[in-house]
Amino acid sequence: MQTASLTEYLFMSGLLFAIGLAGVIIRRNIIVIFMCLEMMLAAAALTLIAFSRYHTVNGLPDYDGQMLMFFIITVAAAEVAVGLAIIVALYRARQTVNTEDLTSLKG
Amino acid sequence: MPTILFYLFALIMIGGGIGVVALKNPVSSALSMIVSFIGLAALFVGLNAYFVGILQILVYTGAVMVLFLFIIMLLDLKKEEEKQFSSSSIAAGVVIPTLLVLQLIAVFQTSDFGNFQAITPESLAMSEQQLDPSIPADSVIRSSMAAENLADRKLPDVNLIGHKLFNEYNLPLQIIAVLLLVATVGCVALSKKLKAKS
Repeated sequence: MQTASLTEYLFMSGLLFAIGLAGVIIRRNIIVIFMCLEMMLAAAALTLIAFSRYHTVNGLPDYDGQMLMFFIITVAAAEVAVGLAIIVALYRARQTVNTEDLTSLKG
Repeated sequence: MPTILFYLFALIMIGGGIGVVALKNPVSSALSMIVSFIGLAALFVGLNAYFVGILQILVYTGAVMVLFLFIIMLLDLKKEEEKQFSSSSIAAGVVIPTLLVLQLIAVFQTSDFGNFQAITPESLAMSEQQLDPSIPADSVIRSSMAAENLADRKLPDVNLIGHKLFNEYNLPLQIIAVLLLVATVGCVALSKKLKAKS
């Protein structure tokens, strides 16, 4: 049976990462930018899992890559909780989530 | 994973990703993000990473995206929708990722990884035999369900992950626990400070 190769998985991961990067550059809503950042993290995770499956140890997948993915998921969840708390605080202070209206640091 | 299924789930994943960027309503973006992550979880399962695939659905589509939807509802972002994207940012947002993808294609053309080694009942029988010299006889993995599953010619995914997590990755696990505690305290502190201000 024909199966997908490692290169195809890596390419799909790179494509998802590029879409997330495009979203971070194009979008102006800070919540959507945050979602695109999560998507880029997930794309990196796909690369990790693909290499963990490719590099077999004694015929089993290399579980070090999956452990790294496990820690990425945990850190990303903590990051989302803190980031959304910051966004809510920002909205309460400035009444907007549009990055074009948040230019205090520009001087 | 057969190639047709791979392309089906990759299409779901990429389509959901494009939806996140292209749809103007933040709620639609969050929902297409869920679609994208379900496709991604299916790819994980196709790579024999069953535990990570389930974790992806439980944590990302279950918890994180519900948190996103909750915040979007809380902030009531209806009036933000009419804003147009500026043409210069669209140009930058198309050109830079396209350059990235072209670079990736160029790298893949010069590299030759070959195919995945298939995990079959025969290969699991081989790895059961190869387990012997690498692990001492009094190790937990000998008497654990991992060895039993290998004897039954099943991939002991969760057993091996748990074994690795609580032995080799014990210190990072405890550091992550501290990180989660700090994040919880940080969320409470961020919300409380503003309450005192207003």
